[in-house]
Amino acid sequence: MSPVEQHTTTASSDRTLVSRSRREPVNRSEVLLEVRDLDVTFARRGGRATHAVDGVSFSVRPGEVVGIVGESGSGKSVTSLAVMGLLPRRGVQVRGEVLYRGRNLLTMPAGELADLRGSELAMVFQDPMSSLNPVVPVGTQVTEVLLRHSDISRSAARDEAEDLLRRCGIPDPGRRLKEYPHQLSGGMRQRALIAIALACRPALLICDEPTTALDVTIQAQVLELLKELVADLGTAMVMITHDLGVVAGLCDSVNVMYAGRVVESAPRRELFEHPRHRYTEGLLGSIPRLDAPRGDPLQPIPGTPRDVIAWSAGCAFAPRCRHAADDCVVPDLGLEPLGRAGHLVRCVHPAPESSPEHRAPRDHRTTELSGPSGARALSVSDSASTTAGEERHG
Amino acid sequence: MLRFVIRRLLLLVPVLVGLSVLLFAWVRALPGDPARALLGEKATPESIAQVNEQYGFDKPLLTQYLTYSGRLLRGDFGSSPRTGLPVLGTFLERFPATVELSVSALLFAVVLGIPVGYLAAKRAGGWLDRFFVAGSLLGVVVPVFVLAYLLKIVFAVGIPGPLHVLAVLPTSGRQDSRIDATHITNFYVLDGLLTREWDASWNAVTHLVLPGIALGCIPLAIIVRMTRASVIDVLNEDYVRTAQAKGLARGLITRRHVLRNAMLPVTTTIGLQTGALLAGAVLTESVFAFNGIGSYLFDAISGLDFAVLQGFILFIAVIYALINLVVDLMYGVIDPRLRAA
Amino acid sequence: MTALDVLQPERPRALAALMGDAGADDRGTSLWRGAFLRLRRNPSAVVGAVIVLAFVAVALLAPLIAPYRQASTEWIDQVTPSSVPGPSPEHLLGLDPFGSDLFTQLVYGARASLVIGVVSTALGLLGGAVLGTLAGGLGGWVDTLVMRVVDILLSIPSLLLAVSIAAVLGQRPSAIMIAIGAAQVPIFARLLRGSMLAQRNQDYVLASRSLGLKRRSIILGHVLPNSLGPVIVQATLTLATAIIEVAALSYLGLGAPDPATAEWGRMLVKAQDRLQSDPHLALLPGACIAVTALGFTLFGEALREALDPKSRR
Repeated sequence: MSPVEQHTTTASSDRTLVSRSRREPVNRSEVLLEVRDLDVTFARRGGRATHAVDGVSFSVRPGEVVGIVGESGSGKSVTSLAVMGLLPRRGVQVRGEVLYRGRNLLTMPAGELADLRGSELAMVFQDPMSSLNPVVPVGTQVTEVLLRHSDISRSAARDEAEDLLRRCGIPDPGRRLKEYPHQLSGGMRQRALIAIALACRPALLICDEPTTALDVTIQAQVLELLKELVADLGTAMVMITHDLGVVAGLCDSVNVMYAGRVVESAPRRELFEHPRHRYTEGLLGSIPRLDAPRGDPLQPIPGTPRDVIAWSAGCAFAPRCRHAADDCVVPDLGLEPLGRAGHLVRCVHPAPESSPEHRAPRDHRTTELSGPSGARALSVSDSASTTAGEERHG
Repeated sequence: MLRFVIRRLLLLVPVLVGLSVLLFAWVRALPGDPARALLGEKATPESIAQVNEQYGFDKPLLTQYLTYSGRLLRGDFGSSPRTGLPVLGTFLERFPATVELSVSALLFAVVLGIPVGYLAAKRAGGWLDRFFVAGSLLGVVVPVFVLAYLLKIVFAVGIPGPLHVLAVLPTSGRQDSRIDATHITNFYVLDGLLTREWDASWNAVTHLVLPGIALGCIPLAIIVRMTRASVIDVLNEDYVRTAQAKGLARGLITRRHVLRNAMLPVTTTIGLQTGALLAGAVLTESVFAFNGIGSYLFDAISGLDFAVLQGFILFIAVIYALINLVVDLMYGVIDPRLRAA
Repeated sequence: MTALDVLQPERPRALAALMGDAGADDRGTSLWRGAFLRLRRNPSAVVGAVIVLAFVAVALLAPLIAPYRQASTEWIDQVTPSSVPGPSPEHLLGLDPFGSDLFTQLVYGARASLVIGVVSTALGLLGGAVLGTLAGGLGGWVDTLVMRVVDILLSIPSLLLAVSIAAVLGQRPSAIMIAIGAAQVPIFARLLRGSMLAQRNQDYVLASRSLGLKRRSIILGHVLPNSLGPVIVQATLTLATAIIEVAALSYLGLGAPDPATAEWGRMLVKAQDRLQSDPHLALLPGACIAVTALGFTLFGEALREALDPKSRR
């Protein structure tokens, strides 16, 4: 079944679902989400403004999984909130364009945006405990999305909610419907949030660090769940994370953000094998490797995100970069294509294609990468979305 | 749940015991000897002897205390030397008046305070918000009796001149004497409804307006600030953002997600305001010649009637403790996180 | 030498120039300095501070500001049952019902309020601090006992508590001071105990103990200073309440026996009889009470916000 067909019929159950008469089927070839020059500025008391997102552009095709990687403060979360229109109205200035199926979300009337949210655009947040209303039963928090975006009855919504919870791996879902968030474990809460987000079969799901607040063992389970569901439903996903391991196991393409701008953008394999921006290179190089010789020193990126200069003055990463030179201090560095197709870099002195500082994996079929967040290893092996005729390194 | 209630009720006991000890110490600390203090200046040797007998003031300290607290337990708070009437009896007779007044004040404070606080929170930082916050501050600092007088002058007695039109409300008392109303429960408004004497009921209501507003201003101010702070906190919570991400209607978000959480601390505040109400009632009732326990206490203090004062303290402490208990229980009902505990 | 300097021993000059500017205004400041800066910018804090300072100035300089002696009742013959003389060249605001100069009474009333307010708050603070520190610092049965007593005392509204204590003390001027002070002890005790308990579990206390510091020096030298913030805030707010309660108590007839005393609350007692003819007799002292209490409240609230670590950005 093509993802389009999956959109309009139920996957496994034979219950007639949410009426989709309001939605037009998704055209596979058109771009689902296009973010152009997104700019978010926070005005603070005392005059100092924070330029959290500084001209970010990326796009998402139907069914695609796009990763956004960066440290805290890089602007990745703010980007996602801006796309969904969830930033506070006061003290925030948002510019640019966020085109969802051709319509600009930033200028859309509030009512129309509310119609899209929850039904075609959905989001999963970082902290499952605080993202659920503590005084409302979990079941109600699921059914309210269903009731809002379709004409089903309350009892049908309840049945659907129970089914959703079951499919998200929550045992004894009937009982859970009446329970409160504090009665569920962290992993179950996040599954409930995923169930809520996917209840109306959205075309686009944005996940803002969905596993960061969870135990390591649960993280893997939740990511697996997301992978499965998204593939089942044909939902496109934007995965925001600071964890390269998550990206490696899930995403089709990756955008690396630093200080509010995208500094590198490439398909997943390409990024991991040929990182060009010095920041990406540093990120990959800082990951401890199981196959590294003993006694090899770790290679962190020196400095902190606060050792930065404004993009309007030069490359923001320059203060922390080993290869910084005078010509890096050029205002408004552009994002240029480099190397293979689809690879964009914002760097004056990018790493050469096969840089000695990035150690090539010996056998990339079973390369072990440890995420910076833990000792867990995720393999960068072929997943469903890579093409068969891929080159292999010797 | 039941266990929780029982446990709390049991905790009340040591508090009451401790209170009786403190009261006893207080009575003994009064200037002069206890019997005379309780009886006041009009004490005759016979009555002194009688009180000494009743309370055991001439016996050793421990016996005194036991006799004393025994009497308190039986509800014998003695008699007021000024009126000659038993203290507890007068309390119970005048208590409904204060309850009516307190309820009016609380109603005024809640019905006005919560919406105002909510509005202020939604427009936090704006001029409306600042106006409300400033207003609520004023409500807290203006002394109750000053406010009571102001209201009385403007809306009851009347300022000579153009503003005299505002003087529509009664100046004092609970009901006009011309209305011959039957009183069953001593809750005048309720009585009127029960006996279908509508004008009596309405008349009682008009008498409650000014004192209710005067008394309710402080709770109003506090409720406004509490609601505002609580709503602001809740608006910043992640689950409100989740609700918005679901595309829910604004009214639904407000009702189910914002208010249900914001009202939790406000409910506790409302319960706690009752203590402030009781204190304020003392001053307000005297200004409006309202026959509740507040004015009873006022007269007692001015007349140095310690018997009444002693009874009053115990009475108030018990009521206060019961109200706190009710508030705690309510909180346990509203907040599901506490229910399991 | 930072890690950055190691990384770029010969930093490109253009880069170095730009980096010098960055991070200049984010220097860490101490808690108090940061609070002071934030207070300066807060308009209500400034208003509150101005009122407080004005009040204190008037109170302290009363003998210099007031044209006459307090409660002198010299001009009693000018007062009739139906009217009280209004403003005139000799009497800025006219007379009060007892024949004293109204302006003088108000000024000395400020002094009375300041003295009573400060003393009673200080009493409450001291008593509460001792009890709270004992309870919080020693814990165990001391804690339980003290907190039980505090709970009982708190079960009575503070005004009534003050009234009871004043009644015991009889008719003397210091009665109100002691009564209100005593009524504030439970509040401070609970505050300080809570603060102590919170600090006791902090890591720096554990660290001090592991270094072998004696319990007493930890409490006095480290925990207490850290608990100071909320206490000061509470003290300012208590002062505001004290000023109002002083007025209430003297209105009720407690405290100094002389009804002509220059004290704002006292002035309200006689003024209520003449409300229709001369409302200013009640309004002026009432306004003084309200404005002064407002000043302390504004300042206290602003101080609380300024010291709150959560609101530090």
